[in-house]
Amino acid sequence: MKANRKKRKDRLPGLAVLPLAAFTVFFVAIPLLYIAALSFLKRDVLWGVTNEFTLENYTRMLDPLYLGTFADSLELAFLTTAVTAAAGYPFGYFMARLPKKKKSLMLLLVTVPFWTNALVRIYGWIILLRSGGPINGFLVGIGLIDAPIRFLYTYGAVLLGMVYSLLPFMILPVYSSAEKLDWSLVEAARDLGASKAKAFWTVAFPLTMPGVLSGVVLVFIPSVGLFFLSDLLGGGKIMLVGNLIKNQLLVARDWPFGAALSLVLMGMTALMIALYRKAAKARDLEGWF
Amino acid sequence: MKTAKRAERLRTAYLALLLLFLYLPMAVVILYSFNASKTDARWAGFTLDWYRKLLHNRALMEALVNSLVLAGFSCLSAAVVGTLGAVGLARRDFKAKGLLESLSTLPIMIPEIILGMAFLAFFSFLSIPFGMPTLVLAHTTFCIPYIFLVVKGRLAGLDPSIGEAARDLGASEARMFLDVTLPLIAPAVLSGTLLAFAMSLDDVVISFFVTGPATNTLPVKIYSQIKTGVSPEINALCTLMLLATFLIICALGAVSKASEKRHDD
Repeated sequence: MKANRKKRKDRLPGLAVLPLAAFTVFFVAIPLLYIAALSFLKRDVLWGVTNEFTLENYTRMLDPLYLGTFADSLELAFLTTAVTAAAGYPFGYFMARLPKKKKSLMLLLVTVPFWTNALVRIYGWIILLRSGGPINGFLVGIGLIDAPIRFLYTYGAVLLGMVYSLLPFMILPVYSSAEKLDWSLVEAARDLGASKAKAFWTVAFPLTMPGVLSGVVLVFIPSVGLFFLSDLLGGGKIMLVGNLIKNQLLVARDWPFGAALSLVLMGMTALMIALYRKAAKARDLEGWF
Repeated sequence: MKTAKRAERLRTAYLALLLLFLYLPMAVVILYSFNASKTDARWAGFTLDWYRKLLHNRALMEALVNSLVLAGFSCLSAAVVGTLGAVGLARRDFKAKGLLESLSTLPIMIPEIILGMAFLAFFSFLSIPFGMPTLVLAHTTFCIPYIFLVVKGRLAGLDPSIGEAARDLGASEARMFLDVTLPLIAPAVLSGTLLAFAMSLDDVVISFFVTGPATNTLPVKIYSQIKTGVSPEINALCTLMLLATFLIICALGAVSKASEKRHDD
Protein backbone atom coordinates (compact mmCIF):
# COMPACT_ATOMS: atom_id res chain seq x y z
CA MET A 1 0.00 0.00 0.00
CA LYS A 2 2.68 2.40 1.01
CA ALA A 3 4.93 1.54 -1.92
CA ASN A 4 2.02 1.84 -4.28
CA ARG A 5 1.22 5.29 -3.03
CA LYS A 6 4.80 6.41 -3.33
CA LYS A 7 4.88 5.37 -6.96
CA ARG A 8 1.76 7.32 -7.73
CA LYS A 9 3.15 10.32 -5.95
CA ASP A 10 6.21 10.44 -8.13
CA ARG A 11 4.73 10.12 -11.59
CA LEU A 12 2.52 13.19 -11.90
CA PRO A 13 5.03 15.88 -10.89
CA GLY A 14 7.44 14.31 -13.35
CA LEU A 15 4.85 14.60 -16.12
CA ALA A 16 4.17 18.20 -15.15
CA VAL A 17 7.82 19.08 -15.72
CA LEU A 18 7.79 17.49 -19.16
CA PRO A 19 6.40 20.42 -21.22
CA LEU A 20 8.87 22.81 -19.59
CA ALA A 21 11.76 20.43 -20.21
CA ALA A 22 10.71 19.86 -23.82
CA PHE A 23 10.31 23.57 -24.51
CA THR A 24 13.62 24.38 -22.89
CA VAL A 25 15.50 21.73 -24.84
CA PHE A 26 13.88 22.52 -28.20
CA PHE A 27 13.72 26.27 -28.08
CA VAL A 28 16.54 27.32 -25.77
CA ALA A 29 19.26 24.66 -25.71
CA ILE A 30 19.13 23.45 -29.30
CA PRO A 31 18.92 26.90 -30.98
CA LEU A 32 21.85 28.14 -28.88
CA LEU A 33 23.90 25.03 -29.66
CA TYR A 34 22.96 25.47 -33.30
CA ILE A 35 24.38 28.99 -33.48
CA ALA A 36 27.43 27.77 -31.57
CA ALA A 37 27.99 25.21 -34.33
CA LEU A 38 27.20 27.79 -37.00
CA SER A 39 29.92 30.08 -35.72
CA PHE A 40 32.58 27.53 -36.68
CA LEU A 41 31.34 27.04 -40.23
CA LYS A 42 32.46 28.74 -43.38
CA ARG A 43 30.08 31.09 -45.08
CA ASP A 44 28.70 30.15 -48.48
CA VAL A 45 28.90 32.66 -51.30
CA LEU A 46 25.15 33.11 -51.39
CA TRP A 47 23.79 33.67 -47.92
CA GLY A 48 24.11 30.15 -46.62
CA VAL A 49 26.75 28.05 -44.93
CA THR A 50 29.05 25.26 -46.06
CA ASN A 51 30.01 22.31 -43.93
CA GLU A 52 33.64 23.38 -43.75
CA PHE A 53 35.12 23.99 -40.31
CA THR A 54 36.81 27.33 -39.76
CA LEU A 55 37.97 29.64 -37.00
CA GLU A 56 37.89 32.57 -39.38
CA ASN A 57 34.69 33.99 -37.87
CA TYR A 58 36.50 34.47 -34.59
CA THR A 59 39.84 35.66 -35.93
CA ARG A 60 37.97 38.19 -38.02
CA MET A 61 36.81 39.89 -34.84
CA LEU A 62 40.40 40.91 -34.13
CA ASP A 63 40.12 43.38 -37.00
CA PRO A 64 40.53 46.83 -35.39
CA LEU A 65 37.18 47.84 -36.90
CA TYR A 66 35.31 45.17 -34.93
CA LEU A 67 37.47 45.50 -31.83
CA GLY A 68 36.59 49.17 -31.93
CA THR A 69 32.89 48.32 -31.99
CA PHE A 70 33.29 46.07 -28.97
CA ALA A 71 35.26 48.76 -27.15
CA ASP A 72 32.63 51.42 -27.95
CA SER A 73 29.83 49.13 -26.79
CA LEU A 74 31.55 48.30 -23.54
CA GLU A 75 32.38 51.94 -22.95
CA LEU A 76 28.75 52.93 -23.46
CA ALA A 77 27.59 50.06 -21.24
CA PHE A 78 29.99 51.12 -18.46
CA LEU A 79 28.95 54.75 -18.77
CA THR A 80 25.28 53.78 -18.71
CA THR A 81 25.80 51.61 -15.65
CA ALA A 82 27.77 54.32 -13.86
CA VAL A 83 25.21 57.03 -14.59
CA THR A 84 22.21 54.87 -13.65
CA ALA A 85 23.96 53.84 -10.42
CA ALA A 86 24.78 57.44 -9.50
CA ALA A 87 21.31 58.75 -10.38
CA GLY A 88 19.31 55.72 -9.26
CA TYR A 89 20.99 54.66 -6.03
CA PRO A 90 19.82 57.61 -3.90
CA PHE A 91 16.34 57.19 -5.35
CA GLY A 92 16.04 53.57 -4.28
CA TYR A 93 17.61 54.38 -0.92
CA PHE A 94 15.35 57.34 -0.10
CA MET A 95 12.30 55.44 -1.34
CA ALA A 96 12.88 52.76 1.28
CA ARG A 97 12.84 55.43 3.99
CA LEU A 98 9.54 57.02 2.99
CA PRO A 99 6.36 56.42 5.02
CA LYS A 100 4.41 53.37 3.89
CA LYS A 101 1.73 55.09 1.81
CA LYS A 102 4.18 57.28 -0.07
CA LYS A 103 6.45 54.30 -0.53
CA SER A 104 3.89 52.22 -2.39
CA LEU A 105 2.99 55.19 -4.57
CA MET A 106 6.67 55.68 -5.46
CA LEU A 107 7.04 51.98 -6.15
CA LEU A 108 4.12 52.16 -8.55
CA LEU A 109 5.57 55.25 -10.25
CA VAL A 110 8.92 53.54 -10.79
CA THR A 111 7.39 50.30 -12.09
CA VAL A 112 5.10 51.95 -14.64
CA PRO A 113 8.01 52.78 -17.02
CA PHE A 114 9.27 49.23 -16.55
CA TRP A 115 5.97 47.94 -17.93
CA THR A 116 5.52 50.42 -20.74
CA ASN A 117 6.80 49.87 -24.21
CA ALA A 118 10.43 50.94 -24.58
CA LEU A 119 9.77 52.32 -28.05
CA VAL A 120 6.92 54.52 -26.87
CA ARG A 121 9.17 56.07 -24.24
CA ILE A 122 12.09 56.52 -26.63
CA TYR A 123 9.71 58.09 -29.11
CA GLY A 124 8.90 60.69 -26.45
CA TRP A 125 12.57 61.64 -26.33
CA ILE A 126 12.71 61.94 -30.11
CA ILE A 127 9.85 64.44 -29.97
CA LEU A 128 11.51 66.32 -27.11
CA LEU A 129 15.01 66.44 -28.58
CA ARG A 130 14.45 67.10 -32.27
CA SER A 131 15.43 70.50 -33.60
CA GLY A 132 11.80 71.61 -33.94
CA GLY A 133 10.98 70.09 -30.56
CA PRO A 134 9.88 71.71 -27.30
CA ILE A 135 13.31 71.75 -25.63
CA ASN A 136 14.91 73.65 -28.49
CA GLY A 137 11.80 75.80 -28.79
CA PHE A 138 12.06 76.71 -25.13
CA LEU A 139 15.78 77.50 -25.27
CA VAL A 140 15.37 79.68 -28.35
CA GLY A 141 12.26 81.27 -26.85
CA ILE A 142 14.02 82.47 -23.71
CA GLY A 143 16.89 83.70 -25.85
CA LEU A 144 19.52 81.38 -24.43
CA ILE A 145 20.47 80.15 -27.90
CA ASP A 146 19.92 81.65 -31.35
CA ALA A 147 19.52 78.50 -33.41
CA PRO A 148 18.33 75.04 -32.37
CA ILE A 149 21.02 72.75 -30.97
CA ARG A 150 21.39 69.33 -32.49
CA PHE A 151 20.59 66.97 -29.60
CA LEU A 152 19.20 64.09 -31.60
CA TYR A 153 21.48 61.64 -33.42
CA THR A 154 24.43 62.20 -31.10
CA TYR A 155 26.33 60.00 -28.66
CA GLY A 156 24.77 61.93 -25.81
CA ALA A 157 21.28 61.11 -27.04
CA VAL A 158 22.07 57.38 -27.15
CA LEU A 159 23.52 57.52 -23.62
CA LEU A 160 20.45 59.41 -22.44
CA GLY A 161 18.17 56.81 -24.02
CA MET A 162 20.09 53.95 -22.39
CA VAL A 163 20.06 55.57 -18.95
CA TYR A 164 16.40 56.42 -19.32
CA SER A 165 15.38 52.91 -20.42
CA LEU A 166 17.39 51.08 -17.78
CA LEU A 167 17.06 53.37 -14.76
CA PRO A 168 14.19 51.38 -13.13
CA PHE A 169 16.39 48.27 -13.24
CA MET A 170 18.83 50.03 -10.94
CA ILE A 171 16.31 51.74 -8.67
CA LEU A 172 14.24 48.64 -7.92
CA PRO A 173 16.99 46.27 -6.68
CA VAL A 174 18.58 49.07 -4.63
CA TYR A 175 15.18 49.78 -3.12
CA SER A 176 14.58 46.15 -2.29
CA SER A 177 17.89 45.78 -0.48
CA ALA A 178 17.50 49.12 1.34
CA GLU A 179 14.02 47.99 2.34
CA LYS A 180 15.44 44.87 4.01
CA LEU A 181 18.13 46.89 5.75
CA ASP A 182 18.10 46.79 9.52
CA TRP A 183 17.99 50.52 10.27
CA SER A 184 18.77 49.98 13.93
CA LEU A 185 22.36 49.24 12.81
CA VAL A 186 22.60 52.70 11.28
CA GLU A 187 21.11 54.21 14.44
CA ALA A 188 23.60 52.29 16.56
CA ALA A 189 26.46 53.76 14.54
CA ARG A 190 24.98 57.23 15.02
CA ASP A 191 24.59 56.65 18.77
CA LEU A 192 28.21 55.61 18.96
CA GLY A 193 29.15 58.99 17.55
CA ALA A 194 29.48 58.40 13.82
CA SER A 195 28.52 61.33 11.62
CA LYS A 196 25.56 60.90 9.26
CA ALA A 197 27.90 60.51 6.29
CA LYS A 198 30.14 58.10 8.11
CA ALA A 199 27.20 55.97 9.28
CA PHE A 200 25.98 55.82 5.69
CA TRP A 201 29.30 54.87 4.09
CA THR A 202 30.39 52.35 6.70
CA VAL A 203 27.04 50.75 7.59
CA ALA A 204 24.16 51.43 5.21
CA PHE A 205 26.03 51.48 1.91
CA PRO A 206 27.84 48.13 2.31
CA LEU A 207 24.56 46.52 3.38
CA THR A 208 22.81 47.71 0.22
CA MET A 209 25.67 46.51 -1.99
CA PRO A 210 23.78 43.33 -3.09
CA GLY A 211 21.08 45.59 -4.55
CA VAL A 212 23.65 47.71 -6.37
CA LEU A 213 25.27 44.58 -7.78
CA SER A 214 21.93 43.22 -9.04
CA GLY A 215 21.27 46.61 -10.56
CA VAL A 216 24.65 46.64 -12.29
CA VAL A 217 24.00 43.22 -13.85
CA LEU A 218 20.44 44.10 -14.84
CA VAL A 219 21.57 47.35 -16.49
CA PHE A 220 24.83 46.23 -18.03
CA ILE A 221 23.62 43.09 -19.81
CA PRO A 222 20.77 44.60 -21.83
CA SER A 223 22.71 47.77 -22.58
CA VAL A 224 25.04 45.87 -24.94
CA GLY A 225 22.25 44.52 -27.09
CA LEU A 226 19.74 47.36 -27.45
CA PHE A 227 20.43 48.00 -31.14
CA PHE A 228 17.22 49.93 -31.74
CA LEU A 229 18.26 52.65 -29.30
CA SER A 230 21.36 53.60 -31.22
CA ASP A 231 19.40 53.25 -34.47
CA LEU A 232 16.70 55.66 -33.34
CA LEU A 233 18.57 58.12 -31.13
CA GLY A 234 22.02 57.83 -32.70
CA GLY A 235 20.75 57.96 -36.26
CA GLY A 236 22.72 54.83 -37.18
CA LYS A 237 26.01 56.65 -36.70
CA ILE A 238 26.87 54.90 -33.48
CA MET A 239 27.75 51.28 -34.07
CA LEU A 240 27.33 48.92 -31.12
CA VAL A 241 27.74 45.17 -30.91
CA GLY A 242 23.97 44.82 -31.18
CA ASN A 243 23.91 46.81 -34.41
CA LEU A 244 26.84 44.82 -35.75
CA ILE A 245 25.05 41.52 -35.13
CA LYS A 246 21.85 42.85 -36.64
CA ASN A 247 23.69 44.02 -39.75
CA GLN A 248 25.51 40.72 -40.17
CA LEU A 249 22.19 38.90 -40.06
CA LEU A 250 19.94 41.13 -42.09
CA VAL A 251 22.20 43.25 -44.28
CA ALA A 252 25.47 41.42 -44.92
CA ARG A 253 23.71 38.06 -44.59
CA ASP A 254 26.80 36.58 -42.98
CA TRP A 255 25.21 34.28 -40.44
CA PRO A 256 28.33 32.46 -39.24
CA PHE A 257 29.99 35.75 -38.35
CA GLY A 258 26.81 36.99 -36.70
CA ALA A 259 26.68 33.75 -34.72
CA ALA A 260 30.30 34.13 -33.63
CA LEU A 261 29.61 37.70 -32.49
CA SER A 262 26.56 36.52 -30.52
CA LEU A 263 28.63 33.82 -28.87
CA VAL A 264 31.28 36.28 -27.77
CA LEU A 265 28.56 38.56 -26.43
CA MET A 266 27.08 35.61 -24.57
CA GLY A 267 30.50 34.78 -23.13
CA MET A 268 30.76 38.33 -21.85
CA THR A 269 27.30 38.04 -20.30
CA ALA A 270 28.17 34.74 -18.65
CA LEU A 271 31.31 36.32 -17.24
CA MET A 272 29.28 39.17 -15.78
CA ILE A 273 26.79 36.78 -14.18
CA ALA A 274 29.59 34.60 -12.83
CA LEU A 275 31.29 37.63 -11.28
CA TYR A 276 27.99 38.70 -9.83
CA ARG A 277 27.25 35.26 -8.36
CA LYS A 278 30.63 35.35 -6.77
CA ALA A 279 29.99 38.72 -5.23
CA ALA A 280 26.42 38.17 -4.12
CA LYS A 281 23.97 35.39 -3.66
CA ALA A 282 22.04 34.48 -6.79
CA ARG A 283 18.76 34.57 -4.96
CA ASP A 284 18.85 38.37 -4.84
CA LEU A 285 18.64 38.47 -8.61
CA GLU A 286 16.06 35.72 -8.80
CA GLY A 287 13.90 37.49 -6.27
CA TRP A 288 13.57 40.25 -8.80
CA PHE A 289 11.33 38.58 -11.30
CA MET B 1 17.51 71.55 12.76
CA LYS B 2 17.68 73.99 9.89
CA THR B 3 20.10 71.81 7.96
CA ALA B 4 17.85 68.81 8.47
CA LYS B 5 14.99 70.70 6.90
CA ARG B 6 17.16 71.75 3.99
CA ALA B 7 18.32 68.20 3.47
CA GLU B 8 14.71 67.09 3.49
CA ARG B 9 13.82 69.68 0.87
CA LEU B 10 16.79 68.71 -1.30
CA ARG B 11 15.73 65.10 -1.08
CA THR B 12 12.19 65.88 -2.18
CA ALA B 13 13.49 67.99 -5.05
CA TYR B 14 15.74 65.17 -6.20
CA LEU B 15 12.93 62.58 -6.07
CA ALA B 16 10.63 64.93 -7.99
CA LEU B 17 13.28 65.68 -10.60
CA LEU B 18 13.95 62.02 -11.30
CA LEU B 19 10.24 61.29 -11.59
CA LEU B 20 9.95 64.19 -14.02
CA PHE B 21 12.79 62.64 -16.03
CA LEU B 22 10.95 59.30 -16.11
CA TYR B 23 7.57 60.74 -17.04
CA LEU B 24 8.32 63.73 -19.26
CA PRO B 25 8.70 61.73 -22.49
CA MET B 26 5.46 59.86 -21.88
CA ALA B 27 3.62 63.07 -21.06
CA VAL B 28 4.94 64.64 -24.27
CA VAL B 29 3.70 61.71 -26.39
CA ILE B 30 0.23 61.96 -24.86
CA LEU B 31 0.07 65.75 -25.13
CA TYR B 32 1.15 65.83 -28.76
CA SER B 33 -1.36 63.18 -29.76
CA PHE B 34 -4.03 65.85 -29.16
CA ASN B 35 -2.14 68.65 -30.91
CA ALA B 36 -3.78 69.96 -34.09
CA SER B 37 -0.45 70.97 -35.63
CA LYS B 38 1.17 68.19 -37.60
CA THR B 39 4.85 69.06 -37.49
CA ASP B 40 5.29 71.97 -35.14
CA ALA B 41 6.32 71.83 -31.54
CA ARG B 42 3.91 74.68 -30.87
CA TRP B 43 0.42 73.97 -29.54
CA ALA B 44 -2.18 74.58 -32.26
CA GLY B 45 -5.31 73.51 -30.45
CA PHE B 46 -6.99 70.33 -29.28
CA THR B 47 -7.97 67.68 -31.80
CA LEU B 48 -8.99 64.03 -31.98
CA ASP B 49 -8.13 63.84 -35.68
CA TRP B 50 -5.09 61.66 -35.19
CA TYR B 51 -7.12 59.04 -33.39
CA ARG B 52 -9.67 59.07 -36.21
CA LYS B 53 -6.89 58.70 -38.77
CA LEU B 54 -5.36 55.90 -36.73
CA LEU B 55 -8.61 53.91 -36.77
CA HIS B 56 -8.61 54.10 -40.55
CA ASN B 57 -4.98 53.14 -40.90
CA ARG B 58 -5.35 49.54 -41.89
CA ALA B 59 -1.66 48.57 -41.57
CA LEU B 60 -1.41 49.87 -38.00
CA MET B 61 -4.69 48.29 -36.93
CA GLU B 62 -3.60 44.98 -38.38
CA ALA B 63 -0.31 45.19 -36.48
CA LEU B 64 -2.25 45.96 -33.30
CA VAL B 65 -4.47 42.90 -33.72
CA ASN B 66 -1.41 40.77 -34.49
CA SER B 67 0.32 41.95 -31.35
CA LEU B 68 -2.70 41.26 -29.14
CA VAL B 69 -3.25 37.79 -30.60
CA LEU B 70 0.44 37.02 -30.28
CA ALA B 71 0.66 38.24 -26.68
CA GLY B 72 -2.52 36.38 -25.73
CA PHE B 73 -1.44 33.06 -27.24
CA SER B 74 2.11 33.27 -25.94
CA CYS B 75 1.32 34.26 -22.38
CA LEU B 76 -1.43 31.65 -22.04
CA SER B 77 0.67 28.78 -23.35
CA ALA B 78 3.60 30.01 -21.26
CA ALA B 79 1.30 30.14 -18.23
CA VAL B 80 0.45 26.45 -18.62
CA VAL B 81 4.01 25.31 -19.30
CA GLY B 82 5.61 27.58 -16.69
CA THR B 83 3.14 26.83 -13.90
CA LEU B 84 3.18 23.07 -14.40
CA GLY B 85 6.95 23.17 -14.60
CA ALA B 86 7.34 25.16 -11.38
CA VAL B 87 4.88 22.96 -9.48
CA GLY B 88 6.45 19.75 -10.78
CA LEU B 89 9.98 20.90 -10.03
CA ALA B 90 9.01 21.88 -6.50
CA ARG B 91 7.77 18.34 -5.84
CA ARG B 92 10.60 16.44 -7.40
CA ASP B 93 14.33 16.10 -7.19
CA PHE B 94 16.47 14.80 -9.98
CA LYS B 95 19.99 15.20 -11.20
CA ALA B 96 19.43 17.69 -13.99
CA LYS B 97 17.03 19.84 -11.95
CA GLY B 98 19.46 22.71 -11.43
CA LEU B 99 20.48 22.64 -15.09
CA LEU B 100 16.86 22.64 -16.25
CA GLU B 101 16.04 25.55 -13.95
CA SER B 102 18.89 27.72 -15.17
CA LEU B 103 18.34 26.79 -18.82
CA SER B 104 14.64 27.57 -18.67
CA THR B 105 15.28 31.03 -17.23
CA LEU B 106 18.14 31.71 -19.64
CA PRO B 107 15.94 33.54 -22.20
CA ILE B 108 15.53 36.53 -19.89
CA MET B 109 19.11 36.44 -18.62
CA ILE B 110 20.96 36.83 -21.91
CA PRO B 111 20.77 39.87 -24.21
CA GLU B 112 17.62 39.57 -26.32
CA ILE B 113 19.55 39.93 -29.54
CA ILE B 114 21.25 36.56 -29.00
CA LEU B 115 17.94 34.78 -28.62
CA GLY B 116 16.64 36.65 -31.68
CA MET B 117 19.60 35.52 -33.75
CA ALA B 118 19.36 31.93 -32.47
CA PHE B 119 15.67 31.76 -33.39
CA LEU B 120 16.26 33.28 -36.82
CA ALA B 121 18.96 30.74 -37.62
CA PHE B 122 17.19 27.76 -36.05
CA PHE B 123 13.75 28.40 -37.58
CA SER B 124 15.18 28.88 -41.03
CA PHE B 125 17.21 25.69 -40.57
CA LEU B 126 13.95 23.86 -39.82
CA SER B 127 12.33 25.84 -42.63
CA ILE B 128 9.38 26.92 -40.50
CA PRO B 129 7.76 29.78 -42.43
CA PHE B 130 8.40 33.11 -40.69
CA GLY B 131 5.26 34.79 -39.42
CA MET B 132 2.76 34.12 -36.66
CA PRO B 133 3.94 30.54 -35.86
CA THR B 134 7.56 31.58 -35.34
CA LEU B 135 6.48 34.65 -33.37
CA VAL B 136 4.32 32.57 -31.03
CA LEU B 137 7.10 30.02 -30.45
CA ALA B 138 9.68 32.73 -29.76
CA HIS B 139 7.42 34.76 -27.49
CA THR B 140 6.27 31.71 -25.55
CA THR B 141 9.92 30.85 -24.93
CA PHE B 142 10.72 34.18 -23.32
CA CYS B 143 7.35 34.42 -21.52
CA ILE B 144 7.86 31.10 -19.69
CA PRO B 145 10.66 32.35 -17.38
CA TYR B 146 8.54 35.23 -16.03
CA ILE B 147 5.70 32.91 -15.03
CA PHE B 148 8.05 30.16 -13.88
CA LEU B 149 9.99 32.48 -11.56
CA VAL B 150 6.93 34.21 -10.09
CA VAL B 151 5.17 30.89 -9.40
CA LYS B 152 8.36 29.34 -8.05
CA GLY B 153 8.71 32.25 -5.64
CA ARG B 154 5.13 31.78 -4.44
CA LEU B 155 5.56 28.01 -4.02
CA ALA B 156 8.66 28.55 -1.91
CA GLY B 157 6.55 30.62 0.49
CA LEU B 158 3.85 27.96 0.84
CA ASP B 159 3.56 25.67 3.82
CA PRO B 160 4.19 22.13 2.45
CA SER B 161 2.17 20.59 5.27
CA ILE B 162 -1.07 21.84 3.67
CA GLY B 163 -0.49 19.66 0.64
CA GLU B 164 0.67 16.75 2.76
CA ALA B 165 -2.49 16.99 4.84
CA ALA B 166 -4.58 16.72 1.66
CA ARG B 167 -2.57 13.68 0.56
CA ASP B 168 -2.94 12.06 3.96
CA LEU B 169 -6.67 12.54 3.75
CA GLY B 170 -6.59 10.48 0.58
CA ALA B 171 -6.53 13.09 -2.17
CA SER B 172 -4.76 12.03 -5.33
CA GLU B 173 -1.84 14.07 -6.66
CA ALA B 174 -4.08 15.61 -9.32
CA ARG B 175 -6.83 16.43 -6.78
CA MET B 176 -4.28 18.01 -4.50
CA PHE B 177 -2.97 20.15 -7.34
CA LEU B 178 -6.44 21.30 -8.41
CA ASP B 179 -7.98 21.77 -4.96
CA VAL B 180 -5.05 22.92 -2.84
CA THR B 181 -2.01 24.07 -4.77
CA LEU B 182 -3.67 25.84 -7.69
CA PRO B 183 -5.97 28.08 -5.62
CA LEU B 184 -3.01 29.05 -3.46
CA ILE B 185 -0.74 29.95 -6.37
CA ALA B 186 -3.48 31.44 -8.58
CA PRO B 187 -2.55 35.07 -7.81
CA ALA B 188 1.08 34.35 -8.70
CA VAL B 189 0.05 32.63 -11.94
CA LEU B 190 -2.13 35.60 -12.83
CA SER B 191 0.49 38.24 -12.09
CA GLY B 192 3.17 36.22 -13.91
CA THR B 193 0.87 35.94 -16.91
CA LEU B 194 0.14 39.68 -16.91
CA LEU B 195 3.86 40.39 -16.68
CA ALA B 196 4.49 38.03 -19.61
CA PHE B 197 1.67 39.69 -21.59
CA ALA B 198 3.24 43.12 -21.07
CA MET B 199 6.69 41.83 -22.03
CA SER B 200 5.32 40.25 -25.19
CA LEU B 201 3.58 43.48 -26.19
CA ASP B 202 6.80 45.34 -25.45
CA ASP B 203 9.20 43.17 -27.39
CA VAL B 204 10.98 44.72 -30.36
CA VAL B 205 14.28 42.89 -30.64
CA ILE B 206 13.19 39.25 -30.83
CA SER B 207 10.09 39.99 -32.94
CA PHE B 208 12.28 41.96 -35.32
CA PHE B 209 14.22 38.79 -36.15
CA VAL B 210 11.46 36.18 -36.26
CA THR B 211 8.67 38.11 -37.96
CA GLY B 212 7.82 37.35 -41.57
CA PRO B 213 7.42 39.77 -44.47
CA ALA B 214 3.63 39.59 -44.23
CA THR B 215 3.22 39.84 -40.46
CA ASN B 216 3.96 43.00 -38.52
CA THR B 217 3.72 43.32 -34.78
CA LEU B 218 2.95 46.72 -33.38
CA PRO B 219 6.40 47.45 -31.91
CA VAL B 220 8.13 46.37 -35.15
CA LYS B 221 5.77 48.59 -37.13
CA ILE B 222 6.28 51.52 -34.78
CA TYR B 223 10.03 51.00 -34.99
CA SER B 224 10.07 51.26 -38.75
CA GLN B 225 7.71 54.27 -38.67
CA ILE B 226 9.73 56.17 -36.07
CA LYS B 227 12.85 55.59 -38.14
CA THR B 228 11.34 57.57 -40.97
CA GLY B 229 10.15 60.41 -38.79
CA VAL B 230 7.70 61.74 -36.24
CA SER B 231 3.99 61.50 -37.01
CA PRO B 232 0.97 62.45 -34.89
CA GLU B 233 -0.76 59.17 -35.72
CA ILE B 234 2.06 57.35 -33.98
CA ASN B 235 1.55 59.69 -31.03
CA ALA B 236 -2.07 58.59 -30.85
CA LEU B 237 -1.11 54.93 -31.13
CA CYS B 238 1.56 55.27 -28.43
CA THR B 239 -0.96 56.97 -26.16
CA LEU B 240 -3.32 54.03 -26.59
CA MET B 241 -0.50 51.63 -25.77
CA LEU B 242 0.28 53.60 -22.62
CA LEU B 243 -3.38 53.37 -21.69
CA ALA B 244 -3.34 49.59 -22.24
CA THR B 245 -0.29 49.24 -20.03
CA PHE B 246 -1.92 51.33 -17.37
CA LEU B 247 -4.97 49.04 -17.43
CA ILE B 248 -2.74 45.97 -17.06
CA ILE B 249 -1.04 47.53 -14.04
CA CYS B 250 -4.41 48.34 -12.48
CA ALA B 251 -5.53 44.74 -13.03
CA LEU B 252 -2.36 43.55 -11.38
CA GLY B 253 -2.91 45.86 -8.44
CA ALA B 254 -6.43 44.48 -8.05
CA VAL B 255 -5.09 40.90 -8.12
CA SER B 256 -2.53 41.53 -5.41
CA LYS B 257 -5.03 43.46 -3.28
CA ALA B 258 -7.55 40.63 -3.53
CA SER B 259 -4.99 38.00 -2.62
CA GLU B 260 -3.71 40.09 0.31
CA LYS B 261 -7.24 40.41 1.59
CA ARG B 262 -7.75 36.67 1.35
CA HIS B 263 -4.58 36.16 3.34
CA ASP B 264 -5.80 38.42 6.06
CA ASP B 265 -9.08 36.55 6.38
